[in-house]
Amino acid sequence: MIDKYAKNTRKYILLMIGLFILLLVMFVVSINTGFMKIPLTEVWSAFFGHDVGDQRLTLFEFRLPRIILAMLIGAGIAVAGGILQGITKNPLADPGIIGINAGASFAVVLYTFLSGSTTFLTGTLSIFVMPFTALVGAFIAAILIYTIARRKGAITPIRLILVGIGINAAFASGTLVLQMKMDPQDFTKTLTWISGSIWATNWDFVLSTLIWLVILIPLAIYKSRFLNVFSLGDSISIGLGVPLEKERLKLLIIAVGLAGSCVAVGGGITFLGLIAPHIARRLIGSNHGKILPLTALLGACILLIADTLARVVMSPMELPVGIVIAILGAPYFIYLLMKV
Amino acid sequence: MKKAETSEVIQSIHNEKPYKRKLAYLILIFGWMAVILAIVSSIYIGASHVHYAAVWRGVFFYDPTNSADVIIHDLRLPRALAAVFVGAGLAVSGSIMQGMTRNPLASPSILGVTSGALFFMAIAFAFFPHLTYSQTLLFSFVGAGMGAALVFSIVAASRGGNTTVKLALAGAAITSLLSALSTAIGLRFNVSKDMSYWYAGGVSGIQFQQLKYAIPIIIIGILIGIMLSRSITVLSLGEEVATGLGQKTKVVRFVGIIVVLLLTGAAVSIAGMIGFIGLVIPHITRFLVGSDYRFIIPCSAIIGALALLGADMLSRMVNAPFETPVGAVTAIIGVPFFLYLARKEGGAL
Repeated sequence: MIDKYAKNTRKYILLMIGLFILLLVMFVVSINTGFMKIPLTEVWSAFFGHDVGDQRLTLFEFRLPRIILAMLIGAGIAVAGGILQGITKNPLADPGIIGINAGASFAVVLYTFLSGSTTFLTGTLSIFVMPFTALVGAFIAAILIYTIARRKGAITPIRLILVGIGINAAFASGTLVLQMKMDPQDFTKTLTWISGSIWATNWDFVLSTLIWLVILIPLAIYKSRFLNVFSLGDSISIGLGVPLEKERLKLLIIAVGLAGSCVAVGGGITFLGLIAPHIARRLIGSNHGKILPLTALLGACILLIADTLARVVMSPMELPVGIVIAILGAPYFIYLLMKV
Repeated sequence: MKKAETSEVIQSIHNEKPYKRKLAYLILIFGWMAVILAIVSSIYIGASHVHYAAVWRGVFFYDPTNSADVIIHDLRLPRALAAVFVGAGLAVSGSIMQGMTRNPLASPSILGVTSGALFFMAIAFAFFPHLTYSQTLLFSFVGAGMGAALVFSIVAASRGGNTTVKLALAGAAITSLLSALSTAIGLRFNVSKDMSYWYAGGVSGIQFQQLKYAIPIIIIGILIGIMLSRSITVLSLGEEVATGLGQKTKVVRFVGIIVVLLLTGAAVSIAGMIGFIGLVIPHITRFLVGSDYRFIIPCSAIIGALALLGADMLSRMVNAPFETPVGAVTAIIGVPFFLYLARKEGGAL
């Protein structure tokens, strides 16, 4: 038993190191790909302060913040998905599928619409207001889903997903109503954003996202032991003296906070929160203390790969990264559905 | 098998109250009048005012030089007719699906049929921009077939389990996959705003040109649906009962699927994504007239037509003189109903 545990821990450390190396490799690859090709030697010299003119600007002001944001958003959404799957004991839970992203998107589009479309994605104020608006939307959606799916004090996994699909449809149609009132240019902008794209190539956004993640991800990992207890079933958890509803609610708030703050900068990215925790669970087993950190790294890797692909596939045009993720993720969801 | 036998079986199984039968006849007789009345008021309501007398003149004594006649005949009449046939088509399509699969969540927009049709229309817009309407219609049919085939084969290939929910989940997954692909195509080929019109769903801006092909298809679809209705009733009692009563279930299912594809494909090609009509109307109809599909199918056609006409009028009045996409109106009405079903079904699972 102890031997098995040690083996598992060794595997975990190896996996973490491996993924970290993969992330570094993707980081280098991603810096190199794009409309402007920048040779590695120049990247190197730009990093160490040698002036190489425009390249330096492209690197530091556009590509680097974007890559870092992709990693942050990937980690955040993946952990949010991992927590949701843990709370609901539902392998199919994902903030995009159950409508939390749609709520956040609707709030942001509403804010954009009310404040006059020109400030969308550009105004300095929006750096602070956008994440807040998205969070409010995400929480409203979560509260709606939670209360409607709850019946006789219990939420069955399937009811949660069905209710989520309904809430998703409601918010999506609300968003569409607002979108149809915009002029074509803003329409395309919002469409791209809703489809999920890392549009904010700006250090301020990196900072405003980082703050949330630095607080919430460690908190989630700290609370992860409750997720392990939940997986034993409600009666055992109560027997173990866990204040079930309270802890569940706290974890839910963490998950919604992560999803909301990521939607504010990354738009509606669906299926990432589904895939990453699954792969993590398949790799390491059922201990959430290990699943969540692994999920965060995996999410960062997957979103970075998808974002790099999104830049390359239709170059010089960019595909919203959410579409790449959906095209990769939906088949995986279907595969899971067939197995369950 | 005699007719009397079937209806006895149905009545005994569902233990239905006789007043529901009367209600069904009432709907069948007076529903038509209500539809005509709704068409007239749909033509009457709009940004520019016309008289009721002008409605009459515009429809039956069309004079292309008179501007009021043009508005009525070329803009509002096609729109009202489109709402009638799209609403009826989607409702019948949903009824047939629910009857055949015995699944309360079955409906064209939830099971990926609509998104399949839209995906193929996106392809048509992007790669063959000069297609005539009838050719676009063909794309819509093929797409509807593909969407349904994908969703049903996923469920067929999966290991047992709860197929009711699996159909809904597989539909949601296929819908998001296909709409992601459609968005990518739309952004790449710069047709996303055109496509959004289809995604929002709506019957505004419809021309007789389009209706000329779609309406006959929808009428044929509904008629076949009515002819099939007795078999669907038997099928809705369960596969074993149906086989026991000597029904060729495979043939019925095959014809039923073809009808669903014809109706949904034609409806989507005119009006785009109008969700929840195909889900909600069959339930309301079943609540009113009982579980005999010989009554559900024709009654749902009438109620569906009325519902979409009403939603379309609402979409014009909510924020006049601007229009709200009718798909959004049906979603806002339909979502609470879907949530109610989800809650109820989830409890039984």
